[in-house]
Amino acid sequence: MDMEIGRREFLEKTGKYVMLFGAATKAWDFILAGTPEAAPDYDVTRHWWAFYIDIEKCIGCGNCVRACKAENNVIREPFYFRTWVERYHIAPPDLANLHDERLPTVDSPNGGYDGFPERYRDGDGSKSFFVPKMCNHCTDSPCTQVCPVGATFDSPDGVVLVDKTYCLGCRYCVQACPYGCRYIDPRVQTVDKCTLCYHRITKGLTTACCETCPTGARLLGDLKDPKDPLHELLRTQKVQVLKPYLATGAKLVYHGLDGAVR
Amino acid sequence: MRDLFRDAEHLFRLAGVFLALIVVFLVARAVLTPATFGVYGHYRGAALAEIRTRDIVFAGRAACLDCHDEINVVKKTAKHAGIGCEACHGPLEAHVADPSTVVPEKPDAKKLCLVCHSENLAKPRNFPQINPKEHADDDNCIKCHDPHAPLPVKG
Repeated sequence: MDMEIGRREFLEKTGKYVMLFGAATKAWDFILAGTPEAAPDYDVTRHWWAFYIDIEKCIGCGNCVRACKAENNVIREPFYFRTWVERYHIAPPDLANLHDERLPTVDSPNGGYDGFPERYRDGDGSKSFFVPKMCNHCTDSPCTQVCPVGATFDSPDGVVLVDKTYCLGCRYCVQACPYGCRYIDPRVQTVDKCTLCYHRITKGLTTACCETCPTGARLLGDLKDPKDPLHELLRTQKVQVLKPYLATGAKLVYHGLDGAVR
Repeated sequence: MRDLFRDAEHLFRLAGVFLALIVVFLVARAVLTPATFGVYGHYRGAALAEIRTRDIVFAGRAACLDCHDEINVVKKTAKHAGIGCEACHGPLEAHVADPSTVVPEKPDAKKLCLVCHSENLAKPRNFPQINPKEHADDDNCIKCHDPHAPLPVKG
């Protein structure tokens, strides 16, 4: 028997086996995957989530920050936040230089996790207030546009999510987000952000931050639900989004937002 | 006809190579792309279901009322009516799942009340704020106030 195999025969056989193996793997994948979309009780097409924050109700207690970290297992060190609270302080105008721009002083000790120790004294004509921040869940989100691998996306129900098994950790989206809502989780080196408690809202619960906010400053709303109280608020209140000039289509709406807030 | 293809064998061979490469590409793409990629958009559709599988930590106030309705009777007409139970008592899904073994700790009122009610200039003016020293000489809040219905003061 001649054991030698010709070049032509070798190429033919290898090609055949590679293709057959590929096709078989693919077929097997389909068999294993079954029917996609395992969400029998939740229809993504029937929801459009939005969020409402009333700055005039926020007391800076930090409950939302603590609840968010507990619910979503966010790393407990400072600098890693899915939601955080900022304190704005605007000094009184200098009457001699009224045309000078007054820049606010912003502080956020540990993101408001431990509350805010008093720093300012009453009666000097200054203004201060708290601003809770989180992902704006933009309709035209800059972060999803820049993702090179389709790891971050706008879900059909209006939530900006991250597929952690797909994320490369390239940090492009961290830079793209104009609201600073993303960070790289040092434990897994992939990006992390507010999911709007997707695991809760798809089961009929509200987000952890709304659940624990003592003054009702935060409200989750479903704009596709005609009975949602958010509709009434948007109709009767003067509202604003952050950085409207960027046309991100932010779905995080603020009531009582001061022009100094960035 | 035969004349036309006489010297074209190398072209057929090249076309064959191209065809094989295209097939290899198509097969490779089919194998390497996750099954649900593109179901909803340019991402893995199954990711939605995976993100939903995270465990809940805060049970939500409705779950508390299943057993502790007597607290709600006190609370629902009081100042603290709008506050969720877990805002003060902490995340308690574990307690809901296994009420007998996981028993929540009672919060320390002296610290807890001040998380919200300590004086701070940045708080809204109409929000009740106190200086614990001036207000009660650093005494424990629950001596005078019922935490579920803080006003009126206990007789």
